Formats: sequence, structure tokens, C-alpha cells
Amino acid sequence: MTVLMEAVLKTAFPFIVFSAAILAAFGGVLMIVAYTVLAERKGLGWMQGRVGPNRVGPWGLFQPFADLLKFILKEDLVPDKSTKFVYFLAPLVAITCALIPMVLYPFGPRIADPLGWLVPYVADWPTVGPAVSWIAEQAINMPLTIARIDVGVLFILSITSVGVFGIALAGWSSNSKYSLMGGLRSSAQMISYELAMGASIIGVVMLAGTLDLNGIIEAQIRSPFKWFIIPQFIAFVVFLISAFAETNRVPFDLPEAETELVAGFHTEYSALKFALFFMAEYVNMFTVSVLCVTLFLGGWYVPGLGKILEPGSIPYALVSHLAFIGKICFFLFLYIWIRGTLPRFRFDQLMNFGWKFLLPLGIANIIFTILIVYFLNS
Amino acid sequence: MASDVLFYIFAGFAIMCAVSMVYHKNPLYSAISLVGVFIALSCLYVTLAAPFIAVVQILIYAGAIMVLVVFVIMLLNLDEDRRENRLGYLYAVGGGLGLILLAQTFFIFYAVMRAPQQAVNTAETAGKTLSIGQAMYTEYLLPVEIVGVMLLMAIIGGVVMSRRLNQEQIETVVEAEMNLRNQQEEKDDFRIAF
Amino acid sequence: MEPSLASYLALSGILFTIGAVGVIFKRNAIGMFMCIELMLNSVNLTFVAFSRYYADTTGQLFVFMVMAVAACEAAVGLGIIIAFFRNRISVDVDDASLLKN
Repeated sequence: MTVLMEAVLKTAFPFIVFSAAILAAFGGVLMIVAYTVLAERKGLGWMQGRVGPNRVGPWGLFQPFADLLKFILKEDLVPDKSTKFVYFLAPLVAITCALIPMVLYPFGPRIADPLGWLVPYVADWPTVGPAVSWIAEQAINMPLTIARIDVGVLFILSITSVGVFGIALAGWSSNSKYSLMGGLRSSAQMISYELAMGASIIGVVMLAGTLDLNGIIEAQIRSPFKWFIIPQFIAFVVFLISAFAETNRVPFDLPEAETELVAGFHTEYSALKFALFFMAEYVNMFTVSVLCVTLFLGGWYVPGLGKILEPGSIPYALVSHLAFIGKICFFLFLYIWIRGTLPRFRFDQLMNFGWKFLLPLGIANIIFTILIVYFLNS
Repeated sequence: MASDVLFYIFAGFAIMCAVSMVYHKNPLYSAISLVGVFIALSCLYVTLAAPFIAVVQILIYAGAIMVLVVFVIMLLNLDEDRRENRLGYLYAVGGGLGLILLAQTFFIFYAVMRAPQQAVNTAETAGKTLSIGQAMYTEYLLPVEIVGVMLLMAIIGGVVMSRRLNQEQIETVVEAEMNLRNQQEEKDDFRIAF
Repeated sequence: MEPSLASYLALSGILFTIGAVGVIFKRNAIGMFMCIELMLNSVNLTFVAFSRYYADTTGQLFVFMVMAVAACEAAVGLGIIIAFFRNRISVDVDDASLLKN
């Protein structure tokens, strides 16, 4: 009986671990996203000489939960003339495509022996002892990434490019002219800026020689520059600008431009469905920040940390992980900062900027990088 | 076993979406169904140990081509197809032709079936991005160059095709069209008179 | 146990037939365009399946080529559809009868 139990548990172990890891990543990312919303409202208030939300909890710290409760309890309005199936499908597409890239985030370095310190304490216990030592054996060289696939960067790009369907379908199905305009604008904008984004990534991929996110970080550690932002500064600028456009943020928030299109593609959405769109936007911000940090700022790598702490130990992984989150938070703050600073583009300016400035700049960067890599290798 | 189950799930999903694409009269529903087919096929590519092709399938087909198609559908604000029963018998003919085609395809597959029934276990090399890239820029350089030239031609063709006409050209087109309609009307008048 | 090559080929044949029948049934130019994309995809599936079962990368390479051709087709085809819509206010292929007389 116990042998059978053991066999079942050992078979189920990977599934349990993956489920737990996905749940942990999901919870962590959603908490950061919720507090990004609060930070945005506070930060904008601070930049505009206001206080910002300060009523719920100390300094308004419980505001995200109050917002969530409000979204859940509000009446869910469905426009009479909308195309019902597509109307319900659109927010689901948006949130799914925003959350899937989460499995590839490189949260930190490998930990050589994460549970080894626990084994001596529980070795004498009857059932727990062997179980813990077995798990500790499995956990040796544990990566802080849920899935590590060969084509990580392309995977994230492709999933985010499917995310535009959520916005386009929402705009179409609402049967409102503002929504339709928002959906049209967003699909044109996303296709245009995706090209510039891809062009800026190619330079980094050429220097790293891999498409795997962790592989790119390791390549940066090996390279003499440590961070790819130094040899690829043009690519960094192009990537950052197109990332703002891809996530529909100010100054590229034409799909939802409040002053001209009411709220663009989500004009007709309310309650939980609106919350899904809102969440998808902020999770997308997080994803492009992760991509930016990983490609250009060395991901979890802190130069010089390996001399203080031993690489592979738990404190090293913890500090690296915190550095990773810190770098992401810097980019999230940059989003808020720019929202408080810059006005919105006009649509023809947006298109001209994307096609006539960013894309040529990205391609020029590719050619430049090809030449450099060629002459360095020969 | 697991791979078998996955195959049947995704194959069923792909066929369902394909049928729904042909069935729906609204072009936007067709487009959504087609995206479903692409995603199912991409999952099948993953089970066939071709992750690069799977990702590129989503990136190019679902993320670029279908977004363009949806964009055009929204731009032209297309509604349901208006169905005329004028060519009703063609549906029967089409269905019959389809059945014949299916039978033929199966027959060809059956006739030329010399393939190994079990996959060779080379997941380490085949399908890796690196080996595809190497094959692309050494052995198959010429086809890649030709595809590049073709893409350039398509870009230019697309720009020429969809550019806005200037006032003079619009007037020419409208005039030609009006002439044609007048002639048609005269002809119709003539027919009615007799 | 993995599904045999024949099952992938059968799936591809079914998808190809659905696409071909769709081209016959649809009047809408965009619908016909999408059916052609489906046919191209079914061929891609055979390429990848053969590439897996013969352990050869060439099949996957040609999938890439087919995708490039499909992208070209999308650019030019949608351009034609837009130009046609400008002149006829419809995308019904039955309306493309200017050369008929």
C-alpha cells in the first residue's frame, strides 16, 4: 500500500511542482501588477501636486483590493446590439495572451542545493525524513524559471502578437463607433511597432547566439560588457519605444484615447470584463519590462555579486531575484513617469514615427551589429 | 499514450475549427475559426518536435497575417455574405468534388506509403533553431534569397495596389464606370422596348 | 506510443479538402483567401510530419518558405481586395465581372 502511494506521489511530483510554481508566479506577478496600479495613481498624483488615493488602509495601501471588489460587484452591462460570443471572447483572449508568457520569466539563477540544509534536521523522522531527502535530491540545481524553452524570445513575441486580437475583437463586437475606431487603431499600431521591436531584438540575439532567455542572460555574463545595453544602446531605445506602443501606453495610447474616443476599445465593457482588459494591460507592461531587463540589463545578474556571495547559494539567488524585480520596478516607474510627462501622438505622427524612423533605425542597428560580429569573429 | 491523446485532441479541434470556418457566413467568425486552426496546428508541431516552426506559425500566421485580415474586415466593415440561390446546385457539385478530392488524397498517401511508422528519435538535432538556421544559410541559400526578392516584390505590389488614387484618376475611373452603366441601361431599355 | 505518420497525413488531407471545398463554396474574396491559407497550412503539416519521421530538417525549412509565400499572398491579396472594394463597394467575387463581356 505504502509502496503504491509512494509510486503515485513520485509520478505526480512534477505536476505538483509545476502547478505550485505557476501558482506562485501568478500570485507574485498579480500582486506586483495590483500595486503598480496603486503606484501609478499615487505617482501621477504626486507629479500633479495631488495626494492620490489615501482612504483605504494606511496611505491607501488596500486600494487595489477595494478596486477589485468594486469591479466584481458592479453591474455587468452588455450592449444590446453587440455580437455576444465575440464580446465575451475578447477579454478572455486578452488576459490569456497576457498571462501565458509568465512561464518563461527568468526569475533568478539556478540554486545548487535548495533543500540540502533541511535534510539533517528531519533525517530521524519516520516518513518525512526519506521524503524530504528524496525531494532535496530532485531539487538539486533547481532553476528559478518555470519552463526553459529553446525559442523563448520568439515565444513571448508571438503570444503578445496574438493578444492584439483581444483588442481588435472587443472593438468590433461592441457595435460602437468609438470601439471600432479603437480596435482599428490598435491593430494597425501593433503590427507596425512589432516590426521595430523584432528588429531591435535581432541585434541582441546575434550577440548572444541563442533565443533562450536564460541563455541570453548567461551570454551577457560571459561578454566583456556585462550588460547588452552598452553595445546595443540603439536597439535598447528602439525596443523601449516600441514596447510603449505595444502595450498601448502614453504616449501611444491611441486605442483608448480618453479625450477623443471616450475609452476606445473598452468603451462598452464594464465590471469584471473591463477589469480583465485593465489587468491584461498591466501584465503586458510587466512582460515587456521583463523582456527589456532580460535582453538589455542582464536580467537577474548583478555585476560583482559573485565575489561577495557564492554563486548557486540561496542568498545569491535571493539577492539576484530581488535585483531582477527591482529592475522591473524601475521600468514600471518609467511607464508612470512618462504617462505624467508626455502628451499623446496624433495617428499619422504615430505611423510616420514607427515606419519612417524606428524601423529604419532598427534595421540599421542590425546591419551595424552584423558587421561588428563579422569582423570580431574573423 | 499521452502523445496520442494530444494528437486526437488537437486534430479534432483543428477539424472543428476548419469546418466552422467554411460554415460561417460572417467573415470575422471565419477569421476567428482560422486562428483556432492555426493554434491547433502549432500545438501539433510541438508534439512533432518542431518548436521553432510552432512558434513561427503563431507569430506569422496568427499574429501577422490574420491580424491583417481582421484589420481589413473591420476597415471595410463587412457584414454577412448575401446568399443568392442562383448557383445553388454548385454546392452539391462542390461537395461531391470535395469528397473525390479527399478520396484521392487518401489514395495517394496509401499508395506511396513507404514511410517509417515510428518516429526516429533525433529530437536533439532536428528542429533546433540552430540547425534550421544553418541549413537555411548554407545548403538552401538560393531559395532563401529568392524568397527575399519575392517578399520585396510583394511589399511593392501591396503598396501600389492599395494606394489611394489621386483626384484625376478617380474621375477617370468614375467616368468609365458611368459610361458602362449608361450603356447597360440603354441596352436594358432597348430590351424592354421590344 | 506516438501517432503514426499516416494519422498526420490523414489530418492534413482532411484539412486540405475542407479548404478546397471552402474555396468553391465561398463567394467572399476574404473568405476564399482564408480557405487558401488553410490549404497551405495542411501542406505545412505534411512537411513537418515527414521531417519528424525521416529526421530531416529540410521539411521544416520549406515550411518557412511556405510561410513567406503566404505572407506575400496576404500583402498582395489584401491589397487587391481593398482596391476592389474601393471600386465596387463589395468583396463578392461575383461582382468582379468587368472583363466578362
